[in-house]
Amino acid sequence: MESKGRFGIHGGQYIPETLMNAINELEEAYDHYKNDPEFNRELTQLLNEYAGRPSLLYFAEKMTKDLGGAKIYLKREDLNHTGSHKINNVLGQALLAKKMGKTRLIAETGAGQHGVATATAAALLDMECVVFMGREDTIRQALNVYRMRLLGADVIPVVTGTATLKDAVSEAMREWSSRIDNTHYCLGSVMGPHPFPTIVRDFQAVISRESRAQILEKEGRLPDAVIACVGGGSNAIGSFYHYIQDESVKLIGCEAAGRGIDTFETAATVNTGRIGIFHGMKSYFCQDEYGQIAPVYSISAGLDYPGVGPEHANLHDMGRAEYVPVTDEEAVNAFEYLSRVEGIIPAIESAHAVAYAMKLAPTMDKDKIIIITISGRGDKDCAAIARYRGEDIYE
Amino acid sequence: MSKIKNAFADGKAFIPFITCGDPDLETTAEVVRAAAENGADLIELGIPFSDPTAEGPVIQGANIRALTGGITTDKIFDFVKELRKDVKIPMVFMTYANVVFSYGTERFMAKCHETEMDGIIIPDLPFEEKGEFADAAKKYGIDLISLIAPTSDKRIAMIAREAEGFIYLVSSLGVTGVRSEINTDLGNITKIIRENTDIPCAIGFGISTPEQAKAMAAVSDGAIVGSAIIRLLEKYGKSAAPYVGEYVRSMKQAVMNL
Repeated sequence: MESKGRFGIHGGQYIPETLMNAINELEEAYDHYKNDPEFNRELTQLLNEYAGRPSLLYFAEKMTKDLGGAKIYLKREDLNHTGSHKINNVLGQALLAKKMGKTRLIAETGAGQHGVATATAAALLDMECVVFMGREDTIRQALNVYRMRLLGADVIPVVTGTATLKDAVSEAMREWSSRIDNTHYCLGSVMGPHPFPTIVRDFQAVISRESRAQILEKEGRLPDAVIACVGGGSNAIGSFYHYIQDESVKLIGCEAAGRGIDTFETAATVNTGRIGIFHGMKSYFCQDEYGQIAPVYSISAGLDYPGVGPEHANLHDMGRAEYVPVTDEEAVNAFEYLSRVEGIIPAIESAHAVAYAMKLAPTMDKDKIIIITISGRGDKDCAAIARYRGEDIYE
Repeated sequence: MSKIKNAFADGKAFIPFITCGDPDLETTAEVVRAAAENGADLIELGIPFSDPTAEGPVIQGANIRALTGGITTDKIFDFVKELRKDVKIPMVFMTYANVVFSYGTERFMAKCHETEMDGIIIPDLPFEEKGEFADAAKKYGIDLISLIAPTSDKRIAMIAREAEGFIYLVSSLGVTGVRSEINTDLGNITKIIRENTDIPCAIGFGISTPEQAKAMAAVSDGAIVGSAIIRLLEKYGKSAAPYVGEYVRSMKQAVMNL
């Protein structure tokens, strides 16, 4: 039997036998509904009428002038309902789960954005919801914990391992294997076993489908570079997808370097990891010489993950996309910069993409175009950034 | 032909699971010998992994204790080589795909052969992905043990037909750990397994008492126990060996004359 869901050598389905029939059932249901006009009509209506799509492609004129190089556009996923791109995938998966007769959604969350989006969809579609979140992250992102509970979800703090995103994923997988009959695992990124990397990518591809049409309308041509932050990589793959065939468009993923890629306190998987098998997929992972998964670090709870989605691993192998490290300090500077210059407070995750654009734009001619995906809004990060700057603020 | 079939020659088999290096390798050696002397037919040796997604809290704890103590795959191979001087019953490794892959699959299987290990159980390696390790395992004569779950349904026959060594039948949904009841219709699953293969089938997950072991072995060829043994290690630490020995004896007695 052939292994499914490969991107080059990456991907696959490395999961316990207990989950295999559930995964196969999900794949069959998705293959059916993705071409079902009624499903697509319902999903489009939810995205447009509830989540507020299409999101704006905003010309950041002041930032462009200030940096003195390429024209900068921001794809404003921060303006979506719930404040990030996560809702695109969640509405798709929740609707699919409902069609499959599931009554309960479980999810992992790092920064809380995916957890909030899942809790929101569950409230809207009358489903039960349980969110697993590393205990460390429940402290870093206390406001999002409250938001999820307000929306009717149970939030379970995960205390195993490093008590961050990877442990939340492990715990959600364990929970799924004990409640397969009524539960859908609403995975938040383009990772895990097939078909998740494909399903999540398809639901997030709306980002580049829109931005491509928008930039053609505004500029009459394609951008020269598309920049997005990468943890598992869902907003990045969504931002890249409809440009992959256009070789003239540089695709740049910004990884969380934490305190630097020459330190152990980093989460820059492509830059510091090597190939491994974990959380259902073959891809790049931060790990020691014996394959023990490394306790990664980033100021951003949403990028604090030791792996990367298999499609990104393959884009890297093919040289089609470039993955660059961005440190905590650079991201915090960009967080403050975009707030001050454009009046837009980006999520600390998205600030990693802004930081790299700040370095790249001045090196490019003024007739070049960059699109940066602002994957989420930064309200959730204000207290943590203030503390990083030495202010004594708690939510 | 592997030695694994010998484990099922003396009545129904009792198969204990022990995490290497919990709390240290000296203790693991004592515990393995105590289990072997008290009737264990086959021993599963766990190579710890940082993120064991198929394990409940008890075995997760053992993994953390072992890794914190500085255990590595190389230390475990050295340890097994030493152990093999006197422990002759069949033994298999239980570990996660990344531990094997990152060591180098070929190099890992060659080491298994050199240390006279008989097989390997990889819980995050379903039927569809076994090609990842199958060629190297075959080359070095290491049985790649297949798992079958309560949810396997139409997959049972397909898995059973290609199974090697023995089949690990998972008793219940969820992760490893002690359960008060096991409700799966295991008799029906073992019936389909037997229609498709002659290799033995042992049941694990959730078994802790002699009564449970007896009930499980009655519908299969043996019982596998992990968490209940790890609990003894948790409780008695470095002096756990005699307690594990006594426990193994009571469990083997419960299953042997079925």
